[in-house]
Amino acid sequence: MPLSIPATELMEPGHTACHGCGATLTMRYVLKALGKNTVMSVPASCWAVIPGELPYRTLDVPMIYTPFAATGASITGIRESLDLQGKQDYNVVGFAGDGGTADIGLQSLSGAMERGHNVFYIMYDNEGYMNTGVQRSASTPAGAYTTTTPVGPMRNYKKQPKKVVADLMIAQGVPYVATATVAYPEDLIRKLKTATEIVGPKFIQILAPCPTGWYFPPEETVEISRLAVKSKMFPLFESIKGKFKLFRPGSPVPVSEYLKKQDRFKHLNEAEIETIQKSVDERWNELVSREKTV
Amino acid sequence: MKSVTEQRLLVTGNEAAAIGVKLSNVRFISAYPITPQTTIVEKLAEMVSKGELKSRYVEVESEHSAMAAVYTAALAGSRSYTATSSHGLLYMHEMLHWTAGMRVPLVTSVVNRAIGPPWNVWADQSDSMNQKDTGWLQVYCESNQETLDTIIAGYKIAENRDVMLPLMSMEDAFVLSHTSEPVTVPNQSMVDEFLPEYKPEFVVDVNNPRGYGSYATPEGPFMELKYDMVSSMERAKSVIRDTLREYSDTFGREYSGLTENYMMDDADYAFITSGTLASTAKYVVNKLRKEGKKVGLIRIKFFRPFPQEEIREALKHVNAAGVIDRSVSFSAGGSLYSDVIASIYRKLDVPVSGFVAGIGGRDVRISDFEHMFSLVQDGTEGMQWIGLKEVD
Repeated sequence: MPLSIPATELMEPGHTACHGCGATLTMRYVLKALGKNTVMSVPASCWAVIPGELPYRTLDVPMIYTPFAATGASITGIRESLDLQGKQDYNVVGFAGDGGTADIGLQSLSGAMERGHNVFYIMYDNEGYMNTGVQRSASTPAGAYTTTTPVGPMRNYKKQPKKVVADLMIAQGVPYVATATVAYPEDLIRKLKTATEIVGPKFIQILAPCPTGWYFPPEETVEISRLAVKSKMFPLFESIKGKFKLFRPGSPVPVSEYLKKQDRFKHLNEAEIETIQKSVDERWNELVSREKTV
Repeated sequence: MKSVTEQRLLVTGNEAAAIGVKLSNVRFISAYPITPQTTIVEKLAEMVSKGELKSRYVEVESEHSAMAAVYTAALAGSRSYTATSSHGLLYMHEMLHWTAGMRVPLVTSVVNRAIGPPWNVWADQSDSMNQKDTGWLQVYCESNQETLDTIIAGYKIAENRDVMLPLMSMEDAFVLSHTSEPVTVPNQSMVDEFLPEYKPEFVVDVNNPRGYGSYATPEGPFMELKYDMVSSMERAKSVIRDTLREYSDTFGREYSGLTENYMMDDADYAFITSGTLASTAKYVVNKLRKEGKKVGLIRIKFFRPFPQEEIREALKHVNAAGVIDRSVSFSAGGSLYSDVIASIYRKLDVPVSGFVAGIGGRDVRISDFEHMFSLVQDGTEGMQWIGLKEVD
C-alpha cells in the first residue's frame, strides 16, 4: 500500500519542545502536507521557542516571527508582497496557538480572513497558554484546571465553555474551515491538501495535546487526541464554501474516558462530569443538525 | 540641471506626504484611518484606485495590524508605507520596537496629535515623543515641502546598509496636515535615479530559508543586536548629512542636515525647538533682531538620531538658550529639553530654560515667544508652562 503521508521532512531534529508535544507533531504534518514552498509566520507561543535559539532554526522553510497579536496581519503583508513579486506559488501560513488565536490575535485573524487573502491560518490548539506555564485561554474547555483557574475549595476551575474559533470562522464565511487532530494524520494532511485547492483564506484548528499542561504521560499524546475525537469533546468537521461535513468516530466513548486520562480534570466529581457530558451531547446534536440543514 | 517637468502645486501637508510616497515607488501600503492622518491614506487609496500608483493598498482593522502588515511586506521584498497619528501610533508601539529590531527600513508618516484624555485632535508632539526609544529615526518637518522631500530622502536613508532602521516623518496636525502651501514636486525620473528600487539583503525565499526574529538567551546575541541598533543610529548621522546634501543638490533644496541654524552665527541667545513652532520662532527672531537683540534659532529636524554635536557647536558662544517642547514628559523637563541638557552637560556652561508650549493645539503666539525670550535672558531655570490659563 502506498504511503498516504509524504515522506518529506521539513522539520529537522534538534527542536526544544517538551516530550510528547502535540504542537510539534502538528507542525511536522502541516509541513509534510504543504511542502517546501511555504512561509511560516509565528507569533509568541510555544512555537516561538520550539524551533530553537537564534541563529538556529529546525524548520527548512522561512519563518517570520511576530508579536502576539499580529499573526493575521503578518500573513496579509507576506502574501500581498509575495504576490506583487509574482510568487503566487508560495504557501503563506500563520501558525499560532489558541491564546494567540482565540484571545489576543482574534482581531487580526478576523481582519485577514475578511479581506480574503490566499493564506492558511493554522491554530494549534493546546487549550491554554502553555508557553507561559499553563494558564487559561478562551479555548480551554470548561472544567479544566489551569494555573489561573486553580481548583481549591472554591472549585474555581474554568467555568465557561470552550470558545470554538472554527465556528467563528464558519460564521464569518471563511471558504475553508476544518478541525483536525494529530491522532488522524491522514485526515489532517488530506484536509490541508483540500484547502490548498481553494484560493482564499483557509482556517484549520488542530487539537495539539500538551502533556505538560494537561498532565498526562508524554507517550499518550496520540491516544489522548484520538479519545478527544471519540468522546466528541473535539469533533472533527470540515466546511467547504459553507457545505458542512461532520466526521463520526467509529467507536464513540463517554467523555469520562477522555477526562480521566488527564490530571487537569481529576478534581471533577460525577455530577460535574455529567454536566460536561450533557453539553458535549448538545453540541454534537447541534453539529449533526447543522450538517443536515446546510 | 533642473528638469522642466518639475511641478509647482498648492497642496496640504497630507497631500504632500502622499505625493512623496507615490514618487518613492512604494509598492505596499496598509493603514487604518485616524484624524488628522486620514487624508494621507485616502489620497493614496485614490491614487491606487485611479492606477496612478502601482501599489497594493490593504485596509486593515487596526494600527497594530497596519504596522504588522507593512513590516512583513517589507521583509518579503516590497517597499512599504503606513501613516498614523496619536492613539494610532500608541497602538503601534509594540510593533515599532519590532520593526526597528527586525531592521526593516520602513517610512511612516505621523501627524502629530495630542493624546487623550480628554479627546483632542490638535497639534501636539507627545505621540511621537513617546516613541523616542523604539529605534526609529525621527524627523520633525516644518513645511509641506519638507514633508514631501522627507519621504523620498527618508527611504534612501533608512535603506542605507549602514542604517537599516525605520524612519518616522512628522507633521504638526492641521498646521501642516490640512493647510495648503506651494510645493515643488520633483519629476519621477529624477526621483527614480536618486532612490533606486528596494533590494533588501535578506528577503523571504523558500530556496534560502531563514528565521526572522527568533529568540535569544542572555548569553545569545541579544545584547549585541541592541548595541548594533544604537551604533547604526549613530552611523545614521553621516548618512543623513550625505543623503540630504545629495537630495539638495539634485532637487534644488537647502537641507543642511540634522538641524537647521537660523541667525545663529552671532547669536547671544538661542531658541531650540522643532516642527512648525520653528516657523513662528523665525518670525520672532527677525522681530527681536530689529529691536537689536541678538537671538537665533536651532531647529531640531532629526530628534533621532539626536544631534548633540550640532547643538554643542551652535551653543558654544551663546549666553543662554531656551528649549520649547510641544509635548508632555514626566521627566526632569521636556523630552527635547532633557536631551539638549544631556548633550551639553560638562561641555558648555550655558543656562538652558525649558518651556512646555502649544500642547493640545493651543496657539503659541508671538507674544508668548517674546515672554519666553525674556525668561531666557533672565536665565530662568526649570520647566515653565507657557500660555497656561487660570482655572478655578
